[in-house]
Amino acid sequence: MMWLDTIVQGILLGGLYALFAAGLSLVFGIMRLVNLAHGDLIVLAAFLILVLVTALGLNPFVAALVAMPAMFALGFALQYLVLNRTLGPDILPPLLVTFGLSIVIQNALLERFSADSRRVSAGALETASLQFGPINIGTMPLLTFLSAIAVIIGLNLVFYRTSLGRAFRATSDDRVTAGLMGIRPDRIFAIATGLAMVVVTIAALYLGTRANFDPTIGPARLIYAFEAVIIGGLGSFWGTLAGGIIIGVAQTAGASINPEWQILAGHIAFLLVLLARPRGLFPRAVD
Amino acid sequence: MITRRELLKTAAATGLLAGTGGLAMPALAKGATIKLGYVSPQTGPLAAFAEADKFIIDGFLAATKAAGLDYQVVVKDSQSNPNRAAEVAKQLIVDDEVSLMLVASTPETTNPVTTTCEAEEVPCISTVAPWQPWFIGQQGNPADPASWKPFKSAFHFFWGLEDVIAVYTNMWAQVETNKKVGGLFPNDGDGNAWGDKVVGFPPVLDKGGYTLNDPGRYQNLTDDFSAQINAFKSANCEIITGVMIPPDFTTFWNQAQQQGFKPKVASIGKAILFPQAVEALGKTGNNLSSEVWWTPSHPFKSSLTGDSSAQLAEGFTKATGRPWTQPIGFVHALFELAADVMKRADAGDNAAVINAIAATKLDTIVGPIAWNGANLPPFAAKNVAKTPLVGGQWRLKDGGGYDLVITENKTAPNIPTGGKMEAIA
Repeated sequence: MMWLDTIVQGILLGGLYALFAAGLSLVFGIMRLVNLAHGDLIVLAAFLILVLVTALGLNPFVAALVAMPAMFALGFALQYLVLNRTLGPDILPPLLVTFGLSIVIQNALLERFSADSRRVSAGALETASLQFGPINIGTMPLLTFLSAIAVIIGLNLVFYRTSLGRAFRATSDDRVTAGLMGIRPDRIFAIATGLAMVVVTIAALYLGTRANFDPTIGPARLIYAFEAVIIGGLGSFWGTLAGGIIIGVAQTAGASINPEWQILAGHIAFLLVLLARPRGLFPRAVD
Repeated sequence: MITRRELLKTAAATGLLAGTGGLAMPALAKGATIKLGYVSPQTGPLAAFAEADKFIIDGFLAATKAAGLDYQVVVKDSQSNPNRAAEVAKQLIVDDEVSLMLVASTPETTNPVTTTCEAEEVPCISTVAPWQPWFIGQQGNPADPASWKPFKSAFHFFWGLEDVIAVYTNMWAQVETNKKVGGLFPNDGDGNAWGDKVVGFPPVLDKGGYTLNDPGRYQNLTDDFSAQINAFKSANCEIITGVMIPPDFTTFWNQAQQQGFKPKVASIGKAILFPQAVEALGKTGNNLSSEVWWTPSHPFKSSLTGDSSAQLAEGFTKATGRPWTQPIGFVHALFELAADVMKRADAGDNAAVINAIAATKLDTIVGPIAWNGANLPPFAAKNVAKTPLVGGQWRLKDGGGYDLVITENKTAPNIPTGGKMEAIA
């Protein structure tokens, strides 16, 4: 029974990692842009939610809804004004710019909020749980996991069922030809990053309610997100979820043997998948 | 990372510079401004420790000014970062030429500052870190007791690991349990010391008839504690102990509640020191227990202002609108010691100041302090002075918020208790 519990907890943890990774996967899938500031953007969104919760007394879930359009606008502006200028045949400029952006965001947050660690309170929901036979499933981890699935279904619907998604895919496949068909790639890219920031806001909600956070905690969260994206195969949303779950289960299984192996087991799982399938489990594009 | 050796090397180099600068300087005249250096973690994860700094220093300056003394306190922020702490300590010594260094709060700040002072032979008083990580952590080879050497210019006052172990086991003895203990020790300085098979909890618990279930060292900032919770559940642990950082205890405690794991006693170091941290847990923080170093009900008064513990805490709450915290008493005592020492030695004469510290006998707001080696092993007798430690529980108030109630005082019977230990409902 304990093994079952270990796996269930690992899957739920994987949901959290997948949520961290989904925005990264989206941006990479469309414009081959590796956003090194992703973790810091999650922390930025968490602080935005915190400000809304403390200043306006909003419920954290409502606060996240309010924060979403703001984060969308931020993502749109960021892509349109800054990151679009870095896209080109060379992959180095976007890496350098987002790396710099990561440092800028951390220090701006430090300046504004100091380095104190904060938490968004979700009230009684924090400790609530549902019982399934011998296994207790925490309500918040379950919500996190369901949100991750909802986000991935939503992204897939947008991607494969709408004209915007068609434009995303067309631009991703061949930017020049898509431009000839009347699509404006820079606008499409900006919308994609905006959308990624909406996902980031959802991730921030669960990051902020799960445990304490501070301005410099972002990069630590980025590692698992990267691993999830890469295990899953670049550009595949379901792959990202699978990647998150593999890391989550590896971590809880490692910890059940000895807590010293918890983090290591996740990284080893990542390396093993890469050894067996260097392009990840479900790669979408061939490049 | 700067290794200790590199730190000593650079510190020694700057020490030479400072030394030559000192030669050219005229001796300080008596009655001139006395410069104190103070380093604490004002920002960063440990910022809560330094919350009362401004209030304490303002009070110190007002009290000394009223006594006709001219003090200047140069305050530096360690940003909770050991490298930064060493750097600002060097600045205080070289640029500000302080006569006495004061440093507080956690080994991450106290150790680099003390090491720098020791290399420069600048007198230094340190507090708010258990003495083992402070003393042993600064030794060239912490693993070999034979090689440990006392310090020349660095002094420390606080309690030690042996006190916290005694307090915890005394607290547990008050509650009816099956004596099965679950340990949560992270892979950091504190966690490794608490979980150590020689100096930590395991040998003492064995002797007291407790069974310790220690699943192993976890990494700080872990997202999932289900392995530990399962281990404690299957071992039927009714007591939980450990030394955790606040984010990890939040994750653990929430997950434990979700998983239906409800121990009778949870005695946790570090994570639930501050009322804000307990309040972040919502209603589930009730009856969590912790070691208590100082409260407004401690029967001591300040040698500086004559205020009682209660008056000091009240003054802080009035000035800031924030609840009192334990470091307030110790930071205040640190400045009491500074005033007392500088009364007995000339500022600028480092050797005289060091002798004055060693000869200290002062009744402070955290109890009597003297570096006389009482209750200490011989190797630490010169540099460490111990203060009393008791145990307490956080009790949910009717109107919300928490009170820290002292529930165990066998180790220091002069500090009154405010109630008996209660099992977590």
